[in-house]
Amino acid sequence: MASGTVVPPSTHGRGLKGLSLATIATISLALVLVFYYAPLDADQGFIQKIFYIHVPLAIVSLCGFIFGGVLAIGHLRTGDRRWDMRSYVAIHMALIFGVGALITGSIWAKASWGHWWVWNEPTLVSFLIVVLLFATYQPLRFAIEDPMLQARYASVFAVVAGAFVPLNFIAVRLAQQYVHPRVLTLAGGNLPGSMRLTFLISLVGITLLYVTLWRYEMTAKNARMQVRRLRRTLLGDDAVPGYGRSAAPS
Amino acid sequence: MSALLTLATAPALPLHSAGKYVAGAYIVFVALILIYVAIMARRLTRTERDLAELRREVEATQSHEEPDRDLTGAAR
Repeated sequence: MASGTVVPPSTHGRGLKGLSLATIATISLALVLVFYYAPLDADQGFIQKIFYIHVPLAIVSLCGFIFGGVLAIGHLRTGDRRWDMRSYVAIHMALIFGVGALITGSIWAKASWGHWWVWNEPTLVSFLIVVLLFATYQPLRFAIEDPMLQARYASVFAVVAGAFVPLNFIAVRLAQQYVHPRVLTLAGGNLPGSMRLTFLISLVGITLLYVTLWRYEMTAKNARMQVRRLRRTLLGDDAVPGYGRSAAPS
Repeated sequence: MSALLTLATAPALPLHSAGKYVAGAYIVFVALILIYVAIMARRLTRTERDLAELRREVEATQSHEEPDRDLTGAAR
C-alpha cells in the first residue's frame, strides 16, 4: 500500500475479550458435560468420550476450509488484499484444527480398532486428503514471490479447494462401505438426548475457539501492519525493511 | 453452588485401560492450543519490540530536528 494512504482501523480486536470469555466458559461447560453428564456409551464405554472433541474439531476444520474459500472470493471480486489475509488466516487455523482432528481420531482408532490408522475407511482417508490438499496452500504461497500474484493464485486455490470439501463429504456419504457409525444425520441421528446436548455444546465451544483464534491472529497481523505503516509514515519508505519471501500475506 | 455439589458427588471417572487414550486425545487438544498461544505470545513480543524501536527512532529524529530549528530561529 502506498505511503500516506488512509486505512480504516481494524475491527478484529473489538469485542475480543467478551468472545474469549464466552469461549472459555463454553469449553469449560462442555468438558463438565462430557465427563459428568453424558452417559457412557453402551458399546464403546469410556473411549467414546473422544467423540466430543474429535468430531467438533473435524467439523469446524472442514467449515474453516470452506470459510477460507468464501473469503478468497471476496479477494478475487474486490482485489482488496485484506480479504486474502482473512482467507489465509481462516485456512491456517482450519489446518491446525484438522491436524487436531487427525491426531485425536488416530488415538480413538487405536483404542477402538487396535490400529492407529485404517486405510480402507473412506471417512478417515477423505479427511486426510482434504488436510493434505490444504497443507499445500502454504508452500504454494511461498513459491510465488510477487505478493499480488501470490494473493491471486492463493485465492483461486482456496476457492477451488474449498469447493472440493463439500463434494468430498457428499462422496464419502454416498460410499457403500461404512465403518464410521452415522450418529449425526439430517433426519436427527441416533444420539440420545444427553449425548446430543453435550455434543452440541462441544461443537459450539470449538466453533467459538476457532472464531476467537481467527480474530486473535487477524488482530496480531493488523497490529504488525500498522507498525510498518507508521514507520513508513514517520521515517519514510527507506526505514521499512522488506518482508522477503514469505507465505503470509504482506 | 449446586454445580459444585454435583461435581463433588459425581462418580469417579472410569480411568482403566481406556483412560489413557481419552486423556491423550484431550491432552493433544490442550497442547495444540498452548503451542498456538506460545507462538502468538512470541509474535506479540516482536510487535512490542518493533513499536519500542520505532518510538526510539522517532524520538532520535525529532531530537536531530530540534537543534536545527533553534539555529534557524537564532539566525533570523
